[in-house]
Amino acid sequence: MSLIKLIPDDTNVPFIKLRKIFYAFSIVLVLSSIVIYSVMGMKFGIDFTGGIMIEVKTAEPGRIGEMRERLKGLNLGSFELQEFGAPDDILIRVQPQDGGEEAQMAAVNAVKQALGDGIEYRRTELVGPKVSDELYWDGLYAVVAAVLAILVYVWFRFEWQFGLAAVIALTHDVVSTIGLFSLIQHEFNLATVAAVLTIVGYSINDTVVVFDRVRENLRKYKTMPMEELLHKSTNETLSRTTMTSFTTLLALVALYLFGGEIIRDFAFAMIWGIVIGTYSSVCVAVPLLLQMGVQRGPREDDSTIEQTS
Amino acid sequence: MLKFETWKVTLIAGLCALGMLFAAPNLLDRSVAENLPDFLPKQQINLGLDLRGGAHLLLEVETRVVIDERLEALVDVIRTELRKERITYVGLGKTGNGVAVTIRETDRTEQAYELVRGLDTGFSTNLSDGGVITMVMTDQALQERRIAAVEQSIEIVRRRIDETGVREPTIVRQGDDRILVQVPGLDDPERLKRLLGKTAKLSFHLLDDKASMAEALAGRVPPGTAFLPAQNEIDIMGQPRMYLVQKRIMVGGDTLVDAQPGFDQSNNQPIVNFRFDTVGAKRFGDVTKQNVNKPFAIVLDGKVISAPVIREPILGGSGQISGSFSVAEANDLSLLLRAGALPAPLKVLEERSVGPGLGADSIEAGSLAAMIGLVGVLVFMSLYYGRFGIYAGVALVMNMIIITALLSVLQATLTLPGIAGIVLTIGMAVDANVLVFERIREEFRAGRGVMSAVDAGYKHAFVTIVDANVTTLIAAVLLFAFGSGPVQGFAVTLAIGIVSSMFTAIWVTRLIVALWLRRARPSTLNL
Repeated sequence: MSLIKLIPDDTNVPFIKLRKIFYAFSIVLVLSSIVIYSVMGMKFGIDFTGGIMIEVKTAEPGRIGEMRERLKGLNLGSFELQEFGAPDDILIRVQPQDGGEEAQMAAVNAVKQALGDGIEYRRTELVGPKVSDELYWDGLYAVVAAVLAILVYVWFRFEWQFGLAAVIALTHDVVSTIGLFSLIQHEFNLATVAAVLTIVGYSINDTVVVFDRVRENLRKYKTMPMEELLHKSTNETLSRTTMTSFTTLLALVALYLFGGEIIRDFAFAMIWGIVIGTYSSVCVAVPLLLQMGVQRGPREDDSTIEQTS
Repeated sequence: MLKFETWKVTLIAGLCALGMLFAAPNLLDRSVAENLPDFLPKQQINLGLDLRGGAHLLLEVETRVVIDERLEALVDVIRTELRKERITYVGLGKTGNGVAVTIRETDRTEQAYELVRGLDTGFSTNLSDGGVITMVMTDQALQERRIAAVEQSIEIVRRRIDETGVREPTIVRQGDDRILVQVPGLDDPERLKRLLGKTAKLSFHLLDDKASMAEALAGRVPPGTAFLPAQNEIDIMGQPRMYLVQKRIMVGGDTLVDAQPGFDQSNNQPIVNFRFDTVGAKRFGDVTKQNVNKPFAIVLDGKVISAPVIREPILGGSGQISGSFSVAEANDLSLLLRAGALPAPLKVLEERSVGPGLGADSIEAGSLAAMIGLVGVLVFMSLYYGRFGIYAGVALVMNMIIITALLSVLQATLTLPGIAGIVLTIGMAVDANVLVFERIREEFRAGRGVMSAVDAGYKHAFVTIVDANVTTLIAAVLLFAFGSGPVQGFAVTLAIGIVSSMFTAIWVTRLIVALWLRRARPSTLNL
């Protein structure tokens, strides 16, 4: 016998019945995300803004104030120092310099000279205006392309209604993730884009599992009302949905706590993504099928992928 | 379900064994692994720069400079030719990607046109009203010149980096005019940037001793003469000392065959000893013979390193540069002279360098997180699914081994985000098993027998697993296509993890479950 049970065997959670509440919640979430983003903006990392980031380890802790003083005289524009996980580990961010790539290089040298000896340079990152611009657009294209590719795949494997419902749920996940990053002013960088794309992948994974069951039940119970059928499908797969989210969260929390400072923002975004992705699959994507009016005609091409043995 | 053909068993067990074999070198020290006999796999995972430490530089070749040089050369030739033919002209100069000149004498425009037309085949020449001749570089010539400049730059960059003695640098062209340089395990990225930041064009010139310094300071420099600052000398005002240097190159740095740092015997100052090839030696000998007791200038990238007086003809083809260098400067300069000059300056578009300390810390933290994640998931799965959970755990460990093997064999680069990808895979890999187990449980509770339930569970879950994983794979492929560096590393491990987890979660657990069913023949399922 298994020792623990997260979800009882016969669940009967009225996800479909409560859909209006979920819709309302999600609409508020998306709208407030947009408002937050337009009001507070995003704290983009140097990948997208250009600029300089230097991580140093000092011989003794608590030098941050002195270092700030030293950098003040350099005329670098705005810069920022913060402790990075430990009191002797300091992250220095300097705004992009006017005067193109050469000015950036000069600024790195100036900072290193001003800080003097006795410092270990753990990381130096410099992104020029050309590259940051490219990274920004590439990141945007990647997210849009991923969502579109998934739309096509789900459309191809299911029906267009499923594809559309899945993409609405995905967009919901992406927008609310951006809203969250804007709200808490966490740095949004290349790693965050990777996290967003993974969230997209994970969330669709969850959605597809439930959709698959919906499709199966559509064939099995030809006369069951749609609402009841969706209700049954979500509850049948609920145990799996919860389990997978739980094991993934387990791994991600380990990454967040022990994976080091650099990876922490990434792990954070992912943890949020798993939560919102699971929610949107069950509470948004599936109920939306009811609104879309799924065709109930039998389809023959569902058995294209079957195991032979 | 019980019928598991022998060939299938062999295939699954074989793949697992191969996985272990190819993952094994990672347990050894790098030096030990490299010395394994040839019939054993010896490739280890290729760590990214963010894990092993090192510098990543994205450089841009300023090809515009090369084009401009060619245009200037053409302007010089046109001037000389027109003067030779005594054709009067005005407005000779560069315009965009070409040059233009206006011929005053209307009856000689045809002659001038014919004359300049043949000077450079890379240009299309055009004569318009008013005696204006324009020569525009053809697209093909532009492209060829750019490609040549980039290729040559890559070669010089490679030579300079090789001279520093670092191991396994990656130097590749990216796009039209970019060079990606990745140097692992570098202690001092600043030195690398210093070395790549100089074009290192060296030339020897005579000084113009007729021109007046006062005139030059007032902005009137005679044609054919350049007004250049000294590199290390400072005048009483604290400004770099200025020199009037003849533009004509006496001997170029391309004729150097060797350069080594050394010390001046008399005052122990660091110097650079150099040697010319035969052509250079002869030219240098001739010029010095004719100009004894006159000063000459050694010019590097538009700055005068030193301007000694020629005491006697230098006929041996070797000499020394003493320019009040530090030891490091003398070392770097001789390295640059040995490696040769860049055709155009390089601009650093992007730099990411990681010190060895941070890399080691990242590996440690990443491994710890992976271990804790793995143990957490294993414990949870066995608590939740009992015997089946343990089987899933075995598959998960096998999955990790296969991921390691694939990364080693493909020599894909493992980055810090890549480790994150693996940790994520740990969490998501069991999904396939969860799907199968939940399905088996469901089928069993619906009244099927043990065998039939297990069979149906695997069969029905399969379609779902494929659908669900293909979508994640799509995301991974796009990440790889659009991402850069570390993000690509994440995409690679994510994709490898998905593929590998489908194999282990479906076939490996299935084999184990089948073996158990065959042996124990249970009548009920504790799932």
